[in-house]
Amino acid sequence: MNVILILIIVSLGIALFFLASFIWATRSGQFDDTCTPSMRVLTDDESAKTSISNSTKTTKPS
Amino acid sequence: MSVAAIQPTTAPAIGRAQPQVESFKYDNAIVRAFAIATVVWGVVGMSAGLLAAVQLFFPAANLNLQFITFGRIRPVHTNAVIFAFVGNGMFMGIYYSLQRLCKARMFSDFISWFHFWGWQAIIVSAAITLPLGFTTSKEYAELEWPIKIAIAIVWVAFTVNLIGTILKRRERHMYVAIWFYIATALTVAVLHVTNSMTMPAGWFKSYSMYAGVQDALVQWWYGHNAVAFFLTTPYLGMMYYFLPKAANRPVFSYRLSIIHFWALIFVYIWAGPHHLLYTALPDWAQSLGMVFSLMLIAPSWGGMLNGLLTLRGAWDKVRQDPMLKFMVVAITAYGMATLEGPTLAIKSVNSLSHYTDWTIAHVHTGALGWNGFLTFSVLYWIFPRLYNTKLWSTKLANYHFWIALLGMMFYVVPMYVAGVTEGLMWKQFTPDGFLQYPNFLEIVLQIVPMYRLRAIGGTLYIIGVWFMVYNLYRTCKSGQFVPETEAQAVPFRRQQPVTEHGPHWIHRWLEAKPLLFTTLSVVAILIGGLVEIIPMYVVKENVPTISSVKPYSPLEVMGRDIYIREGCVACHSQMVRPFRSETERYGEYSKAGEFVYDHPFLWGSKRIGPDLHRIGGKYPNAWHYNHLENPRSTSPGSIMPNYPWLLTQKLDVTSLPARIQALRRVGVPYPEGYENGPAQKDLQAQAQKVVADLKAGMVTAETNREIIAVIAYLQRLGTDIKAAPANSAGAPAASSTAMPNNVTRTAAK
Repeated sequence: MNVILILIIVSLGIALFFLASFIWATRSGQFDDTCTPSMRVLTDDESAKTSISNSTKTTKPS
Repeated sequence: MSVAAIQPTTAPAIGRAQPQVESFKYDNAIVRAFAIATVVWGVVGMSAGLLAAVQLFFPAANLNLQFITFGRIRPVHTNAVIFAFVGNGMFMGIYYSLQRLCKARMFSDFISWFHFWGWQAIIVSAAITLPLGFTTSKEYAELEWPIKIAIAIVWVAFTVNLIGTILKRRERHMYVAIWFYIATALTVAVLHVTNSMTMPAGWFKSYSMYAGVQDALVQWWYGHNAVAFFLTTPYLGMMYYFLPKAANRPVFSYRLSIIHFWALIFVYIWAGPHHLLYTALPDWAQSLGMVFSLMLIAPSWGGMLNGLLTLRGAWDKVRQDPMLKFMVVAITAYGMATLEGPTLAIKSVNSLSHYTDWTIAHVHTGALGWNGFLTFSVLYWIFPRLYNTKLWSTKLANYHFWIALLGMMFYVVPMYVAGVTEGLMWKQFTPDGFLQYPNFLEIVLQIVPMYRLRAIGGTLYIIGVWFMVYNLYRTCKSGQFVPETEAQAVPFRRQQPVTEHGPHWIHRWLEAKPLLFTTLSVVAILIGGLVEIIPMYVVKENVPTISSVKPYSPLEVMGRDIYIREGCVACHSQMVRPFRSETERYGEYSKAGEFVYDHPFLWGSKRIGPDLHRIGGKYPNAWHYNHLENPRSTSPGSIMPNYPWLLTQKLDVTSLPARIQALRRVGVPYPEGYENGPAQKDLQAQAQKVVADLKAGMVTAETNREIIAVIAYLQRLGTDIKAAPANSAGAPAASSTAMPNNVTRTAAK
């Protein structure tokens, strides 16, 4: 049943890759904002002509 | 949420000079190509499924053609709907949403089209080779090695394109859908490489590197995760993109969607062993698989509820918009399938459900409901946008919805009834302790009406798809294709020279070199692959061995390969589970040590016919001959196809040396040089014995026909442990005298 070791190593490798991605994503602030991304998706068609990405219209007045 | 709070995380940019707005174009042509391929292959794959379904109550529907007989058309169906229909559907959704989520065109147009044509070429080659009988027999990994290599190359191209696009994105935040896409690309690559380790024996034949229980474990680790990372994660990403778009409201909880992703990723990959409950797999591995399967309910239902709750306050839209209707059923089916899956992974439930049509019902809840309905939903959404028009007929789409739903019900309900009926009848004992239904065929005949209903369900579902084809065609005709959509965005990198969280120089360095990064990932995956192969040679097998278990004789090897070619494993398992109901019916339960020379394993996953692991010696050779020619001559009412071509086709003995050599390379102890001469001699001698025995059974046959090899293999199955140790322990493996022993033994019975 040594093949199970290979599978565990491969599975762990995948899991570790995603763990590292998770740590990177969290530390680089990917998950700091859990509100706007879900709304921005809705406007990506309109923004095809007038971009609001990253320099959102809403920020301009401030 | 105040307006001020809706600021992107790149706020420090404000105050600097006017940010540089970049113009670019989204590639719609590639999306359209994948969308059309999705529709075309959907029709083909589902029709192949219907053809297979009809043969289960009307075997003559194969028109006596070996190429479209159930055992060969079933892998055509499964491969077409998974890799062609859902595969193209996934690429369509990813190529559309990824560009818009990243505010960037795909990384490389060349790679996009290489990916598209490469994938279609793979599908076409599968559609040619599978009916010809070129198959590894490992479920959802049936394609032979040259095609497997092509899949790896095209998949790596897709991954490069995906990662490249993410790296050149102009939107700093990676929307949750992108995470699901990354998980799909990377994990499928690793799964495919690990499970595809085979030793070629010619261009269209190979033997799995792993044997028996090890092969089974790798296969179902792959099989389960293929469901997880091919049929589930990319579609979840699409759900998180297209559902909010269609409902025009943000996902219920973005935070929950992030938790959904990470929880799913970390739990999914450990659940594979639930496909091997009560088999020869170690107990602890079975329990591990069961526990992780049960844990999966939490993230899956979190995702389902997140999807359905997105529609809160928008259910009026569901009534009007067929696209949302499809989406709601898809998400509900996802919820049902992900509750049912863990339930089936409980050992006591599995003891009833395994090998029955319950599994078929389960997978079709997922396939027809989740994948099918979600694909239809996205197609109805994407086509009008690609053609800058409106859907031609909402009414027709609504008809499609209801007929597809009805079709799905007509499919899964009869399969549930069939599954529970089979499971219970197989196990039923009389008060005196005998099997109530000792004749397997009696149980099959109970199920046949359900098979008819299932075919009706499938027909309805396909009629619905044709409605969609017509509707989409008219939609395209009524509009003008927009090959590219212009867009503008501000790249985030220049605004943000240093991240707030310290110097992630490695990440930034890699980000600056997308090609280098992707090359490194590919190298990493390849190294991973090598790391997997080397131990296979170095580490000694420690599956408990049984001294009387010997390698197959040359004739039996040929017969086994025909068994694989004809897809017998689609209907017949070779794994007697340790239940009294099974040992009474079939004989001694199967042991891990009996499969050490099985490259690949042939345990199967469905018993449309009885288990065959102890078939050896049960019936005379002449019975097998007549049964294979026309199963109804020996078993009235049987739904097994006729195999007349086995009686006429000549056995291809020229390929024997390559086969023996390949098997030796993967660890079967045939003596060096055995393939040059002795093997052929042994083959002829054993064939003559079978023919002589057939003659005694009033059957005249020639020695050089395929059926002789098949009979030899069937008579060998499961007989090794019955051999008295003194009888065979002394004889060297694969010696000319030891090989045909089994045949003489069985013939004598």
